[in-house]
Amino acid sequence: MPVALFIFLALVSIISALGVVVQKSPIHCLLALIMTLVSIGALFIALDAVTVGFLQIIVYVGAIMVLFLFVIWLLNLQAEPVPAAHLGLKFFATIAVAGVAAELFAFMARTKVALGAVTVAAGYGSIDSLAQTLFGQYLMAFETTSILLLVAVIGAVAVARRAAPERIVAPKQETP
Amino acid sequence: MAIDLLIGAIKAIVILLVVLNLSAILLWFERKGSALIQDRVGANRAAIFGVGKRLGLPNLGLQNTLMADPLKLFTKEDFVPDGADKFLHALGPFLALFPVLVTFAVVPFGDVFYIGNHTVELQAAPINAGALYILATIGIGVYGVALGGWASNNRWALLGGVRATAQMISYEIAMGLAIIAIVITYGTLDLQDIVRQQGGVWFGFLPRWGIFLQPVAFVMLLTAGMAESKRVPFDLPEGESELIAGYFTEYSGGKQAAFMLTDFAEVVLVAVLLTLFFFGGWQVPWLYSDGFHFGSHALQLPRALVVIMGVIAFWIKVVLFCWLQILIRWTLPRFRYDQLMALGWKGLVPLGLLNVLVTAFVVVLATGAAR
Repeated sequence: MPVALFIFLALVSIISALGVVVQKSPIHCLLALIMTLVSIGALFIALDAVTVGFLQIIVYVGAIMVLFLFVIWLLNLQAEPVPAAHLGLKFFATIAVAGVAAELFAFMARTKVALGAVTVAAGYGSIDSLAQTLFGQYLMAFETTSILLLVAVIGAVAVARRAAPERIVAPKQETP
Repeated sequence: MAIDLLIGAIKAIVILLVVLNLSAILLWFERKGSALIQDRVGANRAAIFGVGKRLGLPNLGLQNTLMADPLKLFTKEDFVPDGADKFLHALGPFLALFPVLVTFAVVPFGDVFYIGNHTVELQAAPINAGALYILATIGIGVYGVALGGWASNNRWALLGGVRATAQMISYEIAMGLAIIAIVITYGTLDLQDIVRQQGGVWFGFLPRWGIFLQPVAFVMLLTAGMAESKRVPFDLPEGESELIAGYFTEYSGGKQAAFMLTDFAEVVLVAVLLTLFFFGGWQVPWLYSDGFHFGSHALQLPRALVVIMGVIAFWIKVVLFCWLQILIRWTLPRFRYDQLMALGWKGLVPLGLLNVLVTAFVVVLATGAAR
């Protein structure tokens, strides 16, 4: 992947991820989250993980974010007003955030990350190699996960299901 | 390098212009076609200084649809309702139009040909996961109508947006299942490769088109595609007798034109997908890279002519499927909402799963389990 492309996509994803946290209106946050997911999908594609990249966009952007949208609509979430400034709260929150940031920085300064090009086998990230891994090496884990998801889906339907209401029959219209 | 970039840019511009113009012509076709079906005259008023009349030509309404209407739409006041989310209101139409237009980037509209020592793939972006790309861009397309409807601060628009979103994600699953069945059949995600495999004949006369292998997927893709484009009989998000105009109630001028254009671009997209997957793309029956062959008869043709015939055949097929969709639009009445959901979830999705299962079995039996 060209370095310029990486820097561009990385910047877009970081800025839009910030947008998810900073903005007040839930719908704007959702839009920023979609932007983040699309740019991460593009990063995957640029790193030769074509299948994973497109699946990321299809599953997260095409389906899960729509679910988020419905939740926002159903709960009728509005832009949150800024909470009344409690000076002590702000003070301690600032210290806590600074502490976490310092810890992260110290931790990352210690780890040695080898940067540079990594050569991968031909066909890496294609749907062939993905299928070989999923249905060969990790077949058991894959099938167990799918059964788990199926159970979750059936369970959700069973919980959400109510007794079928009596069918409402429209009264017959009297013809004069 | 520079020449390859130039060729890429030309391909991208050409396919975009073809799609946009085809969409505009479809609008005219829909007006005159519906008039023909309903025994009316249709658009026939606007004329430039009456030139056509003086020359004794019939007024076909082309000036109405292709010149007067766009001029009117783009010079109208761009109205934004009070209390609307201005940013999202402006973004909505483009968020709807953009994903549909970029989908055409992976569509192969002709065979490979060579200029000097340059290889020209007649496909704006030759990527090898084209089928996945199509599903991804169609998935993004939901947000334009959803956010456009929400941002208008209007209950009808919001209702239209909610209906559109629910309808589109329901039918995306059926569409995805249809495309998965095709991918299993051909064993590739590359659209150009899928079209290549549809060349040649069975039994000496029957073209190897996908419709003969996957008739169920064809019906599913046509139905789901029409539902995705939100037109009659699936136009509940617009439902003008219930919701005024649904998600674009509060749009005017150019933005409303963008929504309208999206509808027609989606019609073209569905026609393109049907052509690619089921009717051989740019393959002309009995035409091979060196000319026509039918039984023992042969007609030699130069390579360039064969490629050009392929491109023409592709767009003829696309126009035919656009016509089919417009015909269906003016034939069927609108569904009820429960019928729409029942058709999607209880009809198409189980049918699609069954189709994928049967296809997988047949492919494994035919090619041997250990390929």
